Amino acid sequence: MGVIVILIIASVLVAGGFLLAFLWSVKTGQMDDDYTPSVRILFEDELIIKKKEIL
Amino acid sequence: MQVESFQYDNKTVRNFAIATIIWGVVGMTVGLWVALQLVFPTVLNLQPYFNFGRIRPLHTNAVIFAFVGNAMFMGIYYSLQRLLKARMFSDVLSTIHFWGWQLIIVAAAITLPLGFSTAKEYAELEWPIDIAITLIWVVFGFNMFATIIKRRERHLYVAVWFYIATFVTVAVLHLVNSFELPVTLFKSYSWYAGVQDALVQWWYGHNAVAFFLTTPFLGLMYYFLPKAANRPVFSYKLSIIHFWALIFLYIWAGPHHLLYTALPNWAQSLGIVFSFMLIFPSWGGMINGLLTLRGAWDKVREEVVLKFMVVAVTAYGMSTFEGPMLSLKSINAVAHFSDWIIAHVHIGGLGWNGMLTFGILYWLIPRIYKTQLYSKKLANIHFWLATLGILFYAIPMYWAGWQQVSMWKQFTPSGQLKYQFLETVTYMAPFYAMRALGGALYLTGAIIGMVNYFKTIGQGTLQANEEAQAPALEKAYTRHHGEHWHRWIERRPTPFLLLSLVVILIGGLVELVPTFLVKSNIPTISSVKPYTPLELQGRDIYTREGCYTCHSQMIRPFISETERYGEYSKAGEFVYDHPFQWGSKRTGPDLAREGAGNLKKSNTWHYNHLEEPNAISTGSVMPSYSFLIDHNLDTSTTPLKINAMRTLGVPYAADYASKANQDLMIQAKGITDDLNKDGIKVPPNKEIIALIAYLQRLGTDITKK
Repeated sequence: MGVIVILIIASVLVAGGFLLAFLWSVKTGQMDDDYTPSVRILFEDELIIKKKEIL
Repeated sequence: MQVESFQYDNKTVRNFAIATIIWGVVGMTVGLWVALQLVFPTVLNLQPYFNFGRIRPLHTNAVIFAFVGNAMFMGIYYSLQRLLKARMFSDVLSTIHFWGWQLIIVAAAITLPLGFSTAKEYAELEWPIDIAITLIWVVFGFNMFATIIKRRERHLYVAVWFYIATFVTVAVLHLVNSFELPVTLFKSYSWYAGVQDALVQWWYGHNAVAFFLTTPFLGLMYYFLPKAANRPVFSYKLSIIHFWALIFLYIWAGPHHLLYTALPNWAQSLGIVFSFMLIFPSWGGMINGLLTLRGAWDKVREEVVLKFMVVAVTAYGMSTFEGPMLSLKSINAVAHFSDWIIAHVHIGGLGWNGMLTFGILYWLIPRIYKTQLYSKKLANIHFWLATLGILFYAIPMYWAGWQQVSMWKQFTPSGQLKYQFLETVTYMAPFYAMRALGGALYLTGAIIGMVNYFKTIGQGTLQANEEAQAPALEKAYTRHHGEHWHRWIERRPTPFLLLSLVVILIGGLVELVPTFLVKSNIPTISSVKPYTPLELQGRDIYTREGCYTCHSQMIRPFISETERYGEYSKAGEFVYDHPFQWGSKRTGPDLAREGAGNLKKSNTWHYNHLEEPNAISTGSVMPSYSFLIDHNLDTSTTPLKINAMRTLGVPYAADYASKANQDLMIQAKGITDDLNKDGIKVPPNKEIIALIAYLQRLGTDITKK
């Protein structure tokens, strides 16, 4: 069952990578605001084009 | 702050959208074909290229990598640019990514019917294509990460995290599972053998479901569902928890595909625990999706895009409820190998991936073409055909799957198995027909959708480069004098993370795998010997023809299985199996002990059965393999194959490669002489002889003293 070791290494590396990404995201404030991102994605593109037309 | 003007690339999005539509219809048509092959086996199996065993991998690869793959890229290229307020990093890379992926699909569509197959489920493509997939995947990842780096929006919306997880994990899975030794240009042997290969394969297989069919589509759900409903997601906090919980749990769930097999018990238990826990993040995501529509259900009545998405998210909820349940040992003991699983995966495939893809297409195509949808009515017809199609598909399969297992397991009061295997096959016939009807409804919907999409495209003009404006990203951090060197790394965590991951993985694998695995192939059962050259060639015909799509080679330790198939399978029996052929489905009976005990049949029986299965077993759905009687066995590959096996640790003598073909002919003559006694005249150099030799070898080792 040697391959289990390899799979565990690969899985732990992936999980470890995600853990680092998670710590990074917390540290850099990615998670600080848990409301506005959900609204921000709704305001986009179309508005900008309208603004250009006015200009 | 300076506002920058830039343009979104809609052309690549359009290209992936059209590829999604076309490959979707192609993949589903092939699906309907294989479904009908089980209803009309003698009519629709066109040997050798279009037999079930070669076409089913074509269906699965087409719908997973062509339909869902292109849909994923379409959605990512559209949403990523807008979420990051940046054009994709490089148009050249986008173009290479698009055409590279289409070439891979075309290569798959050509090589699979030709029989070039690694015989590992959902990873059937041979080694040159595996390398191409790796390169194109890196192009995609590089393009995505470079875009993330030059983004104008500091916050990474949850969808972006899902895309990142998809890229990283699929890359690792593909690398580990595709570790194979090329023998010729289109033939390779898996580096792993037997139990090891099975474990790697299902670690890959389950995570392919997780990170190719689930995480990218959850990312798409978190972008396109709120956009289509014009409401923020129910809880952004929940979406973050959903993401991190899901990816940390998913990678450990693979062993639930191997319950009650020769896999060590602790690994099975680990898989079960993580599989069960998965219900929490999965349902968290489903609830988050559905509750996004709270107070907007009136829109669902009006808006066809939302209808598709609601069914998609509901199907996601159903299949992620079923998944953890099926991972429980007692339920798995019943459902595994049966047609129940076929229903389960199609709830996910048709419901979750299919419906979400169609919904996104209905939303996105009018937008990038600056026009209205050609026909709302046709879209509604598509919706109802697809929804009913899923039900007509799944319900007969659930019902029949349950019945099928009951028949496999039933004993008479005197302790005999109540049903012959063939009786369970003929019992399934009407259900297979109903399933094909469900598939036909779904496909009809998809074709109507295709017409609607193309009519919409025809009446609009593509806005290939969409104008956009956003303020530049403010530097969050300025380097100050005398800081430590590692600060640089801390500021660039993502590329660094990726780089180190790739480096460690490749280095580790290259060093570890060969020494490690070759050593652990030392047999624990001394009577288990390597295949003879003829059997090895026969085994390669078995894998080429995709026999594993219907026949398992894994007898689980249940009385109903040991009574029917013989002694349960031991890990030590598979040490020379590159690749393993345990299978995942019993449309036909298990073949692990086809050459031993009560199941042993004469060479003549095998010859006649392969030539015309229905003549021997009335009601059999197996295709005819009479072409094997005409095809000459290519013995020029024998020395190469023996040497490759030696490299993988199979203990043939050092100079055996040069003598192998002599042994091969002696064994082949023995079989033809035996067939001759029954009046069958066939030269020994035909493929059917090799396949018979392999089938007669199956399961015999442990009976030898």
